[in-house]
Amino acid sequence: MSEAIQKFKHLIQYISLSIVILVVWQALSQSGFINQLLLPSPLRIALTFRDLLKSGELLHHIGVSILRVLAGFGIAAVLGLGLGVSIGLSRTLDRVTDLIIQVVKPIPPIAWIPLAILWFGIGEQSKIYIIFLGAFFPVIINTIDGIRQTDHKFVEVARILAVPRLRFVRQVVLPGALPAIMTGLRVGLMVAWMCVVAAELIAASSGIGYLIMDARQLSQSDVVLVGMITIGVIGKVMDSLIKRLEQRLISWKVSYVGN
Amino acid sequence: MTATTSADNLVIENLDKSFTAKSGDVVALQGIDLNIRKGEFICIVGSSGCGKSTLLRIIAGLENGYSGEVRIGDRKINGPGLDRGMVFQEHRLIPWLTVEQNVGFGLNGLENGRRDTIISEHLELVGLTSFAKALPHQLSGGMAQRVSIARALVNNPQLLLLDEPFGALDAFTRIQMQQEVLRIWEMERTTMLLVTHDIDEAIFLGDRVVIMSSRPGTVKKIIPVHLPRPRDRSCYDFVQIRKEIYAEFFAEAERPFAYAI
Repeated sequence: MSEAIQKFKHLIQYISLSIVILVVWQALSQSGFINQLLLPSPLRIALTFRDLLKSGELLHHIGVSILRVLAGFGIAAVLGLGLGVSIGLSRTLDRVTDLIIQVVKPIPPIAWIPLAILWFGIGEQSKIYIIFLGAFFPVIINTIDGIRQTDHKFVEVARILAVPRLRFVRQVVLPGALPAIMTGLRVGLMVAWMCVVAAELIAASSGIGYLIMDARQLSQSDVVLVGMITIGVIGKVMDSLIKRLEQRLISWKVSYVGN
Repeated sequence: MTATTSADNLVIENLDKSFTAKSGDVVALQGIDLNIRKGEFICIVGSSGCGKSTLLRIIAGLENGYSGEVRIGDRKINGPGLDRGMVFQEHRLIPWLTVEQNVGFGLNGLENGRRDTIISEHLELVGLTSFAKALPHQLSGGMAQRVSIARALVNNPQLLLLDEPFGALDAFTRIQMQQEVLRIWEMERTTMLLVTHDIDEAIFLGDRVVIMSSRPGTVKKIIPVHLPRPRDRSCYDFVQIRKEIYAEFFAEAERPFAYAI
């Protein structure tokens, strides 16, 4: 019983700040402190949200954006993991690829948009390419790091027991790198989700980013906010899902949870 | 004691090892000579930094770049091999593998049935059959160290190297583990080479106690322990040997432990 109370208490703590912000925001809006054109009230946004949901417009845009993310992130995850593992295991490959990775990594995906449009046109491909670029580097960098962090003590144990390299990689290196790999995937998915909006802001006829851009041109700040909040909530849900997967995969790890 | 010239003796001749540090070369081991008979239980004691762990790592094949000779019978040691097992001070169990997977970590190219048999035999040997499916973080320090002993024994090495294996355990667990290792040694008749800084542990376990001095690490003295097992840590002969070893480490004037007995 007390555990249920504890859980309830934690839930309240979890949502309290958001509720306070909403209440203050609503109060300020109603008392006329905030210009409704610049920042609509939470209630106004909720109503718009309901309308967009009812018309099916919002779900359509969400669906389009998610599909783009899945495509771009999927390619980034496969390539990032594959290359990351190969580079992590081979010093030579690391030396050969390090410079190019380090130089290309800091270029923001948005800076690629002009080239992406030139190369792939304004269709799906250019957006998927932008998303791929955003997600690729977190995945590959974390995978390499995770593999490099293999404990030297286990390497010695494996040498003494004459464990073949392939089995060592499978049983020790990869599971040991899993926490870092999962972090890379999580960050990659987040960046991918941010990139889809950026890509859609430029040239698109559907997707959450398009919804926001279109509303901006019509000065519908409530629709803009619905789009923004939707992005935030979906990002949070994606992150939670990956975290849950991570906990299931890494049950052996007892990590610090704060006090 | 006549030193047999069996083909399986561990022979160390005129072993020197130095490390290159920023401030110049540091001599870790100098002129080590040891002849360890098959099936013998040897304990090496020395203060920290005397190179005793380095000696063990050289025998294990983890260190190279030494001069002198280290061989088992006629085979010169130049790398790790399945004829030698090693137990480290930390258990070094792989955290995401279960106890039985950890024990089986060193088993290569066996069909599953044979593999399972060997694993369960060794879990039984260390008394942890019921923990086969547990993960390392669910074990106590002593249990984890027993798993790592089982892991080191799966390939039936002729020589088991133990590098301060009980150093991280509490006093009670340590004494239990000493008895456990003795029991395993009596069953398996593996040659044991145990490094420790616990003088009592060395006398309790060893057929001979090798005393090392520090900087550079040399063999100062080898003391045979002709006491029947199980040994009584408070019997007269045990205490005499302890005094003798203490005398090697501490000046005549300060021998506080002699009174404590």
